[in-house]
Amino acid sequence: MAEATTSPQEEKWDIVIKPKDKLFSVDFKELWNYRDLCSLFVKRNIITQYKQTILGPLWFIVQPALTVIMYMVVFGSIAGIPTDGVPRPLFYLAGTCMWNYFAECMTKTSNTFVANSSIFGKVYFPRLVMPIADVISNLLRFSIQFGFFLLIYLIYSIADPDCNAHFTGYAFLFPVLVLMMAGLSLGFGTIISSMTTKYRDLQVLFSFLIQLWMYATPIVYPLSQTGSMRFMGVPVHTFMCLNPVTPIIETFKYGFLGCGAFVGWRWLIYSFVFMCLLLSGGIVVFNKVQKSFMDTV
Amino acid sequence: MSTAIEFNHVGKQYRLGLVSTRTLSHDINRWWQMAILKKEDPYLKIGETNDRTKAGSSEYVWALRDIDFKVEQGDVVGIIGKNGAGKSTLLKLLSKVTGPTVGTIRARGRIGALLEVGTGFHPEMTGRENIYMNGAIMGMSKAEVSRKLDEIIDFSGCERYIDTPVKRYSSGMTVRLGFAVAAHLDPDILVVDEVLAVGDAEFQKKAIGKMQSVSQGEGRTVLFVSHNMENVKNLCKTGVIMENGRSVYRGDIVDCVNRYLDLEKDVFLTETVISDKYRKFIHYKQMEFLNVKLLNESPHLALDEEIAVEVTIRRNEASKTRCTLEMMIDDVMQRRVGSYISEVLEVEKDLFTVVMKLRSHNLAKGKYYINFNLGLKEKEFQYSDFDIVYGVLSFEIAYLRNNGEHEPIQLWKDSWGRCQFHDATVEMR
Repeated sequence: MAEATTSPQEEKWDIVIKPKDKLFSVDFKELWNYRDLCSLFVKRNIITQYKQTILGPLWFIVQPALTVIMYMVVFGSIAGIPTDGVPRPLFYLAGTCMWNYFAECMTKTSNTFVANSSIFGKVYFPRLVMPIADVISNLLRFSIQFGFFLLIYLIYSIADPDCNAHFTGYAFLFPVLVLMMAGLSLGFGTIISSMTTKYRDLQVLFSFLIQLWMYATPIVYPLSQTGSMRFMGVPVHTFMCLNPVTPIIETFKYGFLGCGAFVGWRWLIYSFVFMCLLLSGGIVVFNKVQKSFMDTV
Repeated sequence: MSTAIEFNHVGKQYRLGLVSTRTLSHDINRWWQMAILKKEDPYLKIGETNDRTKAGSSEYVWALRDIDFKVEQGDVVGIIGKNGAGKSTLLKLLSKVTGPTVGTIRARGRIGALLEVGTGFHPEMTGRENIYMNGAIMGMSKAEVSRKLDEIIDFSGCERYIDTPVKRYSSGMTVRLGFAVAAHLDPDILVVDEVLAVGDAEFQKKAIGKMQSVSQGEGRTVLFVSHNMENVKNLCKTGVIMENGRSVYRGDIVDCVNRYLDLEKDVFLTETVISDKYRKFIHYKQMEFLNVKLLNESPHLALDEEIAVEVTIRRNEASKTRCTLEMMIDDVMQRRVGSYISEVLEVEKDLFTVVMKLRSHNLAKGKYYINFNLGLKEKEFQYSDFDIVYGVLSFEIAYLRNNGEHEPIQLWKDSWGRCQFHDATVEMR
């Protein structure tokens, strides 16, 4: 056999394509090499979203504004759910901004393989670039909405100095909270997109689950509203906090509006650990699927 | 010289039919066998060679099997074979679009794949923005693209439109721009899949010239897949013939092309039911081809024998009452030998048959393929295409005279051309 005699030169291959790699073989160095591509995808996502529209980026603000008005009518006036004494628009806007970022990122990233199969079928680049670019471009959208929130906040505090909303020290956790949101959505998104390449049902299931999920998260109502309710002997509060998004939203609201009470470090750390595990799991699964998804998608 | 690419027992298995049915049970079975019982993958054992003409018993097929060869650095390798022989799959593996089922591919240097030009072009973005986008997708950094930007724009010949959204481009311009980016990728190994079929003649020349300079001047390795034997012969030094997922022959390109043409030599299409496999572009199909048939007794014709074809056409849009039928004849190297365009035909029925007879064609000895174009061609610059089909019939010119004697043509060299003039007078004075 000619192959048996391996010269020392044989060792220096730049590219080795094998059917199966080890489970944890995510090539972060390669990913870093493609950072320019990532930034271009971010640019593309932002530029193309509102091309040929009159309002352009203003749509980023119109969406949450209309949502908040709707919530004020439905959950505020009709259902009469209290908002911990904080002005309603501020309360809903804070929740909507954060939740929108999470939901939007997740919807986008969970669709990665199916939506981009035409590009992925033609050329190779680390597929992870795509969901990461989605998360980053949504960050811009989020920061515009967050700016809008701060603006409304400012108007409120000038017009009505006695309104209950006030900053607390937890507001400094803001960057961490956003990072956790991004991590969670990327984690969920990559796992779902990996699974939808084969079983397309998950996409349908997921698109309506995410709507239900919003109601399981204290967006349109304060967590304090659960009070001393119990379910099977366990406080409902605990169930709510098992949802990893809840501690983040609650901390955000407590930090910026001072409403309710801090959920406690214990839950925030739980949420953080959850995010880390989910994200690493998601990336590993995604990485495994990306090698062969073209055959199944 | 060192080895640039090494294929080591590479195989790729695909599952036929609907992937979504019963996969969960297959997955569970596979997981059970492999993870719990520590056995081999139960679905890797079955599977047959990929011959699409025969119905197989297994739903798993090997699109590629036991691919085992090396490519030296600076080598330009043409990969030839019939549709479905596994050529594109091979390139897909090499460009990492999908992974092999078994075996290893090892390579030195950066691989640039040109499986389709203009990948990732976004219609809303300008030409300039798309150059950056496309370059980055193929692995160039921003700085690298910036450095070559002027060269790329110049090569594409789209300078005037460079700040216009790509959706306003003609399809030819889009292709030019895409190829321009790809041509400046400067990879160590260039993988090209028949992108040269698009664009006008001038641009094709430019593209081939660029590929030649890449391979000869700069000593890069090129893998080239094409059905155009002439391009393959011009560009490549060595070749690989693929058949049913295996590489059946590897050697000098001239040998390869000849062998491949030999394989095809005795296969003739005398009647074909048209499917999309015979179309390169999907036209609007105001009318479309259904069936074509060679009316001659056998596909082995004599020099002065007329070529008679019967074409069945369906009209999909009742408002179209006129059409022209064009018959184009290609030789084995996929060079266009000539065309005949009919007069404008008045169409009254939704399903009709046209019989076309081509006399005094002067075709020289050899095998030919027939293509058809259905459209409306009245004046030179005023025509539309309804449907075009390629390589749907084939025949050969083999005999001297059609008087029942069947005297074979003994001598005709390729370099003498594709026309054998036979109605001439020669006088001594």
